[in-house]
Amino acid sequence: MNDVREWTPITKVENIPSREGRAVTVGAAEIAIFHLENRYLTIENKCPHRGGPLCDGIVSGTTVVCPLHGRRFDLESGMAVRASEPSCVATFPTRVEDGIIFVDLGGACQVAEETAA
Amino acid sequence: MKQQLVVVGNGMAGVSCVEQILKQPHNFDITIFGDETHVNYNRILLSLVLAGEKSAEEIVINDIDWYQTNGIRARLGVKIASIDRDKKVVIDENGGVTEYDKLILATGSSAFIPPIPGVDKKNVHVFRTLDDTRALLEIAQPGLKVAVIGGGLLGLEAARGLQVRGCEVTVVHLMETLMERQLDATGGDYLKRKIESLGIRVMLPQQTAALFGNGRVDGLRFASGEELEADLVVIAAGIRPNAELGRQAGLEARRGIVVNDYMETSDPHIYSVGECTEHRGQTFGLVAPLFEQGRVLASTITGNRGTAFTGASPAAKLKIMGVDIFSAGSIDESLPGVETVRYEDPSLGVYKKLLLKDNQLLGVILVGDIEDEHTYMDWMRSGTDLTPHRRQILFPPREADPGLEVAAMPDSDTICGCNGVRKGDIVQAIHAHGISTLAGLKERTRASTSCGTCTGLCEKLLRAVTPDFQEETRTTLCSCVPFSYEQLRDMIRGQKLKSVEEVLNIYGNRKGCEVCKPALSYLLDMVWCGDHEEDRSARFINDRVHANIQKDGTFSVIPRMRGGVTTPDELRRIADVADKYRVPMVKVTGSQRIDLLGIKKADLPKVWADLGMPSGQAYTKGVRMVKTCVGTEFCRFGVQDSTRAGIELERRLENLFTPHKFKMGVVGCPRNCAEATVKDLGLVGQDGSWQVVVGGAAGKSVRKADLLITVETTEQAMEASDLFFQYYRENANYLERSYDFVERLGIEKIRKETVYATEADKQKLLDRLARSKALAKDAWLEGEAPVSPTQFVQIQPIQNQPREVQTA
Repeated sequence: MNDVREWTPITKVENIPSREGRAVTVGAAEIAIFHLENRYLTIENKCPHRGGPLCDGIVSGTTVVCPLHGRRFDLESGMAVRASEPSCVATFPTRVEDGIIFVDLGGACQVAEETAA
Repeated sequence: MKQQLVVVGNGMAGVSCVEQILKQPHNFDITIFGDETHVNYNRILLSLVLAGEKSAEEIVINDIDWYQTNGIRARLGVKIASIDRDKKVVIDENGGVTEYDKLILATGSSAFIPPIPGVDKKNVHVFRTLDDTRALLEIAQPGLKVAVIGGGLLGLEAARGLQVRGCEVTVVHLMETLMERQLDATGGDYLKRKIESLGIRVMLPQQTAALFGNGRVDGLRFASGEELEADLVVIAAGIRPNAELGRQAGLEARRGIVVNDYMETSDPHIYSVGECTEHRGQTFGLVAPLFEQGRVLASTITGNRGTAFTGASPAAKLKIMGVDIFSAGSIDESLPGVETVRYEDPSLGVYKKLLLKDNQLLGVILVGDIEDEHTYMDWMRSGTDLTPHRRQILFPPREADPGLEVAAMPDSDTICGCNGVRKGDIVQAIHAHGISTLAGLKERTRASTSCGTCTGLCEKLLRAVTPDFQEETRTTLCSCVPFSYEQLRDMIRGQKLKSVEEVLNIYGNRKGCEVCKPALSYLLDMVWCGDHEEDRSARFINDRVHANIQKDGTFSVIPRMRGGVTTPDELRRIADVADKYRVPMVKVTGSQRIDLLGIKKADLPKVWADLGMPSGQAYTKGVRMVKTCVGTEFCRFGVQDSTRAGIELERRLENLFTPHKFKMGVVGCPRNCAEATVKDLGLVGQDGSWQVVVGGAAGKSVRKADLLITVETTEQAMEASDLFFQYYRENANYLERSYDFVERLGIEKIRKETVYATEADKQKLLDRLARSKALAKDAWLEGEAPVSPTQFVQIQPIQNQPREVQTA
């Protein structure tokens, strides 16, 4: 477990419209940040199925639907929603301070990695 | 001398019994007392009245004419206070005395009001009668906070009804499981999740200790000390048989008025049916056994004593659209010798549980998939030995012969539990009246007019019995907002809803999904002719950035090239763009246009600006293109100027959205070089006329277009095209191509409602098209004026130095 989080400032909150996602490349990582009612959630921007850009998907509750083939992922856990399509994407802790979105890029969700194994 | 038959109770059980009596030879003079002021209505449907799906008039079973025609004295709004069995009279509240020879007690039941302090406050209601429903409707309004006490059938139906009215509803239930009398803990969990996904909050187990508020209720206080704000409280905590009248008269009564198998009470002149009645220690609250009681009593009382009521296994179904729950028989698995067989799929929301004993079905719980309810009911009633079915017991094979299921049912089986219509009644009605549609069957027999859950079975019967059965199509959009397109169009128009969020918040689960959001976006755009609040988040990525997403996440760009006609200048600009942005592929499409593939999202606005051409809408459910041949201008055979007509047609309709993509073609002679007869709309030039053809396809399916009309002038051809185009926009389901639409409605109906419609109706279609067109614009203009700062721009991280923050 991390005792210290490395919060990377990403962008202003107004750059991500409500119920939409946006991709950001930070170093080697491409992440997708989503804006759900008063909170922001971050996952890796790559569908494990065929690499689709998840940032471009339609948001349904706390899930996002990949625009290429309709795989659905939970934004909180990174898990695929349908049990028939077992897979997951990494999730990253996200917080907002003074109108700026911060993401802990080192904090990729371990649960997701274990389940993927 | 006629015998006086007095019925106390004007509800479904009592009146249905009277209906059965009328079918037999009898010698009665009938009087019915009802304490409500209404004629007999279908109480089961009150939840649909609450939800606005039916009006109070629509749930009337017997109108006042029925009473008159049958010579029945209806004493409505009169409550019977006592019975004098020695004098054989009933006495009403005003002291009026009515003699009887035979007396039927059908007093029903009342809402049970738990002894909670504060239940007498204003805005605390029960939900039992039409008047209760009307009172709720008067208070209900969007945003009102409602608490429903009771998570049984009635409570949940009331909750959904009020939520559809826009209220913020919380269901508070005393037990750990919703509908615990019908479901086990797992089934209750599945139900809870479904109810919550509709946007209704569920709190359980939660005991209400008091209702607080100064005169008017302000909220609930729970035994746990928690509180819940509420402007309106609905109590649906169960029902109590109205047995008092019989009990006070000295009839044997326990929970209900006790009867034997022939519905006779302890007094030889008095009978009892319905919810006030207790038979072999059981009272009944569901309609099917009550109708059965009525039939038995009708035999007894008309001198045909012999048919016996032997009880009924309880069966219950929840009437909330999109939430399928069925439960029947015993669900107690602790009984000795009981085995359970189970299946569940959390993602699908399906749960099935069967209880078996000695290879016979004892009880069943179905959640999310109730298709097999009749098979299970049949097994349960007949005590079928299930040994040969054990391997497929959770998924009984659906009959290859669709008529077999209904053929296997005996004529006495009840099809419509709400209205007591049996299979035999339906078959007889179909033959006697030549019924071929569900609507016809409904009108004649009332089957499937109530909760609608037997609709499938009625259709199967029609299909099996009627040689020329005509199916009705009525599909719901999606489980997020489980209404048909017709209903949604009405709701959007009627409730003046202008955004996808509003529709989902009021009629849906407040979330929506990739299926319903784009569909609702389309409906709003169409209904309001473009004057609505567009929500980009509800649209597919193609419609957010106006380009077609490709497998690698890049986009394809197809500029509009009206009629497939271009210029050297345009071609040069296209070539320059291809060079400048290193476009991996430039392709001529099948639609006489040029596709630039592999463009990055961030480059889209620059590409559009450099092209200097409008959007070809090749990425959306909208007007694609008009493919043309060279027509009279160059062709030796052309007889009409197809190029000019094609360009004109494209200009008229471009930038508009349609239920599915919409492709057109115009050809200058019947050689059909531009394939107009396999387009959604085609104009086929002939010497001195145009044929306007619609519903053609050359995609997944191939279909030759139907002739809509033949007209003389190009102007007339344009008008006919406009009419069909707008008619398709307004009446097709989302994602329904014109060829499916034309087949579904039939070209004759379409002609009648477009080109052969009255001038006034035509003008309305054209006006709405003109309004939409006036607000439609080239989507690529957003390249210069984006709707959000990052619509196309790739976000760059603010700085690359991480800031360390200690976590708590």
